[in-house]
Amino acid sequence: MLSKVAQFDEMGGVDGLIRLPYEKLSKWLGSVEPEFLASRRAQAELLFRRIGITFAVYGSQEATERLIPFDILPRIIARAEWAQLEKGLIQRVKALNLFLADLYGPGEILKAGVVPSELVYRNPSFRPEMAGRRVPHDIFVHIAGIDIIRTDDDGFFVLEDNARTPSGVSYMLENREVMMRLLPDLFALHRVAPIENYPDQLLATLRSAAPRGAGADPVSVLLTPGQYNSAFYEHSFLADKLGIELVEGRDLFVKDDVVFMRTTEGPRRVDVIYRRLDDDFLDPLAFRPDSALGVAGLMGAYHAGNVTLANAVGTGVADDKAIYTYMPEVIRFYLGEEPLLKNVPTWRCREKDALAYVLAHLDELVVKEVNGSGGYGMLVGPHATRAQIEEFAKKLADNPTNFIAQPTLALSTCPVSVANGVAPRHVDLRPFVLYGPNGASVVPGGLTRVAMTENSLVVNSSQGGGTKDTWIIDDAPLPRA
Amino acid sequence: MLSRTADNLYWLARYMERADFLARILQASRRLATLPRAYGGVETEWESALLSSGAAPAFHAAGLAVDEANVTQFLAFSPDNPSSIRNCIELARVNARAVRTALTVEMWEAINGAFLELKAFEQSRGVRSAEDLTRFLDFVKQVSAAYDGGAHRTMLRNDAYWFSRVGLYLERADNTARLLDVKYHVLLPETEAVGGSLDYFQWTAILRAVSAHTAYHWVYRDSLKPWLVADLLILRPEMPRSLIACYESVVQNLDRLGKSHGKHGSAQRHARTVLGQLEHATIENVFHNGLHDFIEGFIADNQRLGSLVSEQYLF
Repeated sequence: MLSKVAQFDEMGGVDGLIRLPYEKLSKWLGSVEPEFLASRRAQAELLFRRIGITFAVYGSQEATERLIPFDILPRIIARAEWAQLEKGLIQRVKALNLFLADLYGPGEILKAGVVPSELVYRNPSFRPEMAGRRVPHDIFVHIAGIDIIRTDDDGFFVLEDNARTPSGVSYMLENREVMMRLLPDLFALHRVAPIENYPDQLLATLRSAAPRGAGADPVSVLLTPGQYNSAFYEHSFLADKLGIELVEGRDLFVKDDVVFMRTTEGPRRVDVIYRRLDDDFLDPLAFRPDSALGVAGLMGAYHAGNVTLANAVGTGVADDKAIYTYMPEVIRFYLGEEPLLKNVPTWRCREKDALAYVLAHLDELVVKEVNGSGGYGMLVGPHATRAQIEEFAKKLADNPTNFIAQPTLALSTCPVSVANGVAPRHVDLRPFVLYGPNGASVVPGGLTRVAMTENSLVVNSSQGGGTKDTWIIDDAPLPRA
Repeated sequence: MLSRTADNLYWLARYMERADFLARILQASRRLATLPRAYGGVETEWESALLSSGAAPAFHAAGLAVDEANVTQFLAFSPDNPSSIRNCIELARVNARAVRTALTVEMWEAINGAFLELKAFEQSRGVRSAEDLTRFLDFVKQVSAAYDGGAHRTMLRNDAYWFSRVGLYLERADNTARLLDVKYHVLLPETEAVGGSLDYFQWTAILRAVSAHTAYHWVYRDSLKPWLVADLLILRPEMPRSLIACYESVVQNLDRLGKSHGKHGSAQRHARTVLGQLEHATIENVFHNGLHDFIEGFIADNQRLGSLVSEQYLF
């Protein structure tokens, strides 16, 4: 199932027979001229540039603002497939929340020996400041992005949990808008689950997460590191759609453990902060003293129960790649259920036997830093040179605890419109899960990321990956017109 | 609204207005520079462009010769001149990006479009002919008009709009005042009597710079007279760039702000005082007491209002 041999294409399967959800797209592709696709591609690029949907790539001088490549062909998932996925996602986020409340609370799971304590307490993302603290409604992860890959008809795997400040939802929403403008005919052939109510659901989640003392009309804000952050576009986009203020640290201040924002009419109390700023920068008094992005005293207000942070402080310990390997056990421990979504088999390099295996098979494995993200600092064995592998082997042997390894998965491919026609490219999926005191919801679809280069497996936008619109379609065939 | 947002909107409006004004100054100067001396063409034309734009000190600090090529480059494209057109557009976009949520799509597209066009212009190695420059300056005016129109048509009438308008009119008043001052005191040859026949084309140039050439004739039905040009640009409420028209708008927008916040402060009081002075002034008085002093006083008052707005709202 995880072998490199059987390449699964979401349109053509492994044998080239068009899969049901892609029937109409396949026919449609056969009916349009290549020039048509090319002109739509050009239009899409123009639209994105005009709207200003850009992404900053760190360390790249010529392009502080770059467009994320957008592919105009939709990625299609049938409702029945999605329903399974959705259940699994909600189960996972529920477990993540119980896990975090436990880690910063009684620590039952550690006492039971299910997860090794040193993985938690020595984890750089564990926040001792949160130990023994409760957060409003005991919810830590309000917004989660769970990265999913597919390897065959029913093989969905969780590649990674993002429980800190997952990004990408603005691309999901804008992709849909652009698609509806560019390819109305293709839309008319399908019944696509709408995603436009995501901002409303997010706002409802934030409001419901307000501290109990906040009153009937809690004030929410979105806290951004500022316009030079790589995801600033998304921050401004979301604040706009939510109808809440987009604030920077300097717009907020804390007085008597209450958070206020500076407005032209004087200070205004803030109840919920949807923060897109990492823990480290939130409060210079509690974390990095050199942070100019945060709010002095914010943690005091947080501990006093006067403000909700979404997501909570300290969630990083749960989405760490070393903890990830324990997620199936975590789900069983708290929910008493079998995990509905599988993990990718993973070798924990901290374990002696695993390390030996990984070192001997570097050329066929993907090795990642447990705390890395965005595709930085990883080794893709099959695509690495001998020198790169040797260099990496040293790093790995020096500090094995810092790494995990996974087989090179046969990520599914999807048809992508390229310069000379349509070609398969590898994809993954980031669905977004909202979790509040009133329950959980998953926006139907999510962000499909595409490795735009042939054979490449790296889909991260920071590494030049692109995106696609993701359609959850009704299985029942449309009545013939 | 957030104080920072108000501050950004205020400056955004000022930068867009300033870019427009610089384009106008350059166009007027180019026109004058083509005139033979007997018709009012003077060597000091480019120096006067520098003075009107307030960029003279920075220009001279750079040790450049005052000629058409250098001044045009400096005012329009120089990254080193903090108030060049290019920097105004770039700063406008920086401010716009920081407050995207407070802008409507039309306003954002006007600014972002201008910025992308500017980048394309710079990448194609900028101006290579007089025609290129004409195209560029027209483009800048269009962008400013598109932004202004976008704001007028699509923005909610709330703090965001009022702050942005206060910024626009403060900047415009400052620009008009400087234009008048410089033209009167730099362009005019010492020996030439004000209103002499030689300066006809210079007054025309001033009027053209603010697109008021035709308006002048409609208002006065008279040939060009310097004191009437000054009257038009200072005291005529029907002239949208006159100091009094700018201040009527400043007062109006500040009052709306005050009303919605339930509090009038020193900014409102000061703006009303300045407007009152303009309402009671006559052009005879202005000339009698000295135009230059009058304008200097006005520029100082205008700057003071800027500080008062900051103190009152943008703490």
